[in-house]
Amino acid sequence: MWLSFVDFLVFEKFGMSGSIGNAVHFFIYDSVKILTLVLVIIYLISFMQTYIKTETVRDFIRGKSQFAGNFFAALFGILTPFCSCSSIPLFLGFTQARIPRSATFSFLISSPMNNEIAIAILFATFGWKIAFLYTVVGLITAMIGGYIVGKVSRDEDILIKIPYVESNGEVYFEKLAFIKRLKDAWENAFGVIKDIYLYVLVGIAIGAVIHGFVPADFIAKYAGAENPFAVLVAVIAGIPMYAGASTVAPLIEPLTNKGMLMGTALSFMMAVVALSLPEAMILKKVMSWRLIGLFFGIVGTGIVLVGYLFNIIL
Amino acid sequence: MDIKVLGSECCANCDAQMEIVKKAIAKAGKFAQLEKIEDLVKVMEYGVMSTPAIVIDGEVKSRGKILNEQEVIALFD
Repeated sequence: MWLSFVDFLVFEKFGMSGSIGNAVHFFIYDSVKILTLVLVIIYLISFMQTYIKTETVRDFIRGKSQFAGNFFAALFGILTPFCSCSSIPLFLGFTQARIPRSATFSFLISSPMNNEIAIAILFATFGWKIAFLYTVVGLITAMIGGYIVGKVSRDEDILIKIPYVESNGEVYFEKLAFIKRLKDAWENAFGVIKDIYLYVLVGIAIGAVIHGFVPADFIAKYAGAENPFAVLVAVIAGIPMYAGASTVAPLIEPLTNKGMLMGTALSFMMAVVALSLPEAMILKKVMSWRLIGLFFGIVGTGIVLVGYLFNIIL
Repeated sequence: MDIKVLGSECCANCDAQMEIVKKAIAKAGKFAQLEKIEDLVKVMEYGVMSTPAIVIDGEVKSRGKILNEQEVIALFD
């Protein structure tokens, strides 16, 4: 219904056609669809966040077995919000609680990669299957990546001395009236949308230009099935980019429509959101370059493998 | 009363929370010592991982969200 309304508005009412018409149509149709779905999903996640805070995750994981620790760290990474500012408190807090480094890194990988905004936009543009697949693969990458980084890290890689803090055995849980949770979740979701909507619109606008003006064989030629290095190039290009998931995720649909393989496009997004130079600079305050290099190298390799896997199976 | 706002240097919400707490103190007419703690190792001593957080007389009263003026005043009692 929304589609036929935008068809009518752009092609009949505005009388637009050709590349411009297609681009305008794409922009209007996608902006409303994506922002609405993102608001709904962010609201649901914000509501769950009123129950689960990073402190809750820390108390829950502490003392768990290796596998359970990595699994839950990766899983909770989906639910907790992440900005590169929060990576240090997170690292310190987990270490204080004697949570093994492998679980801590699983969380550090999962939290930005399984970004709720990225998942919401994938859901809005491709439906639940791709969104679900992305999340599962993100979880597995975080579990395995965290495990390997934890194994190769040494105590000397941690640059500051972090005292252990004994637990009182309780899991932190915020007591709050249900109505208050609904209200807090709304305020938070609205705040997130206010912060990201411009970035989303910029992403959709770039996507609209790609959709309307970039010839199909151009992208297919350089980033399609014909180029065996496409995934590798996409990941290497993605790491230094500090665009948020909000800007990158809307690009996936027009890029794949123009012949980029799904795996290549998803790897590009994973690289942009999971690894960034500003985050490396912040982590430098507590860990050695060696460990940061290993962290980025291992996660980057994981993302490349995931891209090729997706390109084969999708 | 001793009030501390815990935050990190790159957390814009934490500066906003600091301003709200200042206003709340003035509005409530309380005599309070207010301090902002940005040194993360010190922040961690309170067991806080989600910022901004508000600590009153050594007790963590709020974490991971911005409280408005009324909510902050409610913490004073």
